[in-house]
Amino acid sequence: MTSALSGEHMASRVKEKYPESIEESTSEYLVVKGDSLLNVARYLRDTDDLKLDFFNYVTAVDYYSYFEVVYQLTSTVHNHSIVLKTRCHDRDNPSVPSVVSLWQGADLQEREIFDLMGIRFEGHPNLKRLFLWEGFQGHPLRKDYLS
Amino acid sequence: MTTSEIMTLKTEPFILNFGPVHPSTHGVYRMRATLDGEVILDIEPVVGYLHRGVEKLAEERTYTGFIPLTDRLDYISPMSNNLGYCLAVEKLAGIKVPERASYLRVIMAELQRLANHCVAVGSFLNDAGAYFTPFMYTFREREKIVDLFDMVCGQRLTYNYMRIGGVSQDIPEEFLPAVEKLLDQMSRFIEEYETLLKQNEILLVRSKKVGILDREIAINCGISGPVARASGVNIDLRKTDPYCVYDRMEFDVPVGEIGDCYDRYRVRVEEMRQSVRILRQAIRDLPSGPAKADVPHLIRPPAGEAYMRIEAPKGELGYYLVSDNSIAPYRCHVRPTSLINLSALRDMVKGWKVADLIIIFGSIDITMGEVDR
Repeated sequence: MTSALSGEHMASRVKEKYPESIEESTSEYLVVKGDSLLNVARYLRDTDDLKLDFFNYVTAVDYYSYFEVVYQLTSTVHNHSIVLKTRCHDRDNPSVPSVVSLWQGADLQEREIFDLMGIRFEGHPNLKRLFLWEGFQGHPLRKDYLS
Repeated sequence: MTTSEIMTLKTEPFILNFGPVHPSTHGVYRMRATLDGEVILDIEPVVGYLHRGVEKLAEERTYTGFIPLTDRLDYISPMSNNLGYCLAVEKLAGIKVPERASYLRVIMAELQRLANHCVAVGSFLNDAGAYFTPFMYTFREREKIVDLFDMVCGQRLTYNYMRIGGVSQDIPEEFLPAVEKLLDQMSRFIEEYETLLKQNEILLVRSKKVGILDREIAINCGISGPVARASGVNIDLRKTDPYCVYDRMEFDVPVGEIGDCYDRYRVRVEEMRQSVRILRQAIRDLPSGPAKADVPHLIRPPAGEAYMRIEAPKGELGYYLVSDNSIAPYRCHVRPTSLINLSALRDMVKGWKVADLIIIFGSIDITMGEVDR
């Protein structure tokens, strides 16, 4: 059975290394600040007793006042997983760092989020729409699309 | 001017579009391939021709109302899509499923795996150049499984059989004897494919050591399912993160050695054998009782979120649901196995020839309905 790592426990560990990186933590997930996302992700992936090396998926949710980008990571070595999140409050020009440099599997998924939710992934090597055509107006998965 | 300077031919890379409508692309998929003569330098996937906005549609439907749309994601294996979604809603709402329903779900999911691998193996050999003969063989068996699904839910392609809390209706009397008959035939048919293909020289030459996917790249790209296992990633969610009643079943997880096209084909054939094993156990142990929990049509799961994943025939299929305590999901994200399994295609085809591109792409086994959603 894949065990879920507690976000609070992970937060206290991450804080030792990157003190200013955590925004919120609950038993279910860990929310990190956008500017330390890459550091925390690299720490989770490369630390020996964590080894969260398998990138399950990334998706985004529109909560009106902010966008939440959700990452799920699993360890192929220890069979545990964690939900990592980051938030962007700037609705007009939301952006988070791209994790393609850490996980190649994020490439197409980040393009999908950029396409449908309109979040920019800074540092993505080829950030353009994935499903919809160039010149399409708007981002359909946003809650205020069509209103 | 020396002779060698005259003899050096200057070539320039050129771009060739495969698809979107091309027999080898298994749907409407386009590959922009940069070629140097016949050698592939780079490819870029162009997708979206089948994009229907399924995730947006989910936000406007009730939890139950989204089940028929999951059929249309990976339309080669709709039962698995149904199952993954229903499990996710049950996890979100904390619904307990009767034991009989869990067994029935395992039976359907394994029959679906057999049907999917029949298509995967058949179309893989099609891409290898054995036009339609093996395809017709494997479709003969798939047809029988489709008939079985027709028996339980009255549909041949979009089953819509699973419900939140169980399955839509119990199986008819004649179903189990028919499955047993199929399993007896199936073992024989798998041997038949093996006799025809396992040592087939053309298949060996075309697929051995072609399109090798390294274990590290497979993990880094998030590749799952038979493709990952062929590369030596020993992860099968039925074992490592069991759901339904898979923890009570005895079966082996076939793993490949070097991760070439041939290994991927071998892993699938071996998985078919294991599915037959699981089906025999599930039929033997099938308990009596209700096939569906008492769940109302309109449910309001408590506010929160859940991610549930299953081992679909193509790999890890997951649903991420966010609830705001209303009758429709606030957000429903499908973890698309097919799209993510394509992430490593570029690494797999670089340096190979155009003819190999077709067979490497075919060996991944994707469905465009799931890539584009």
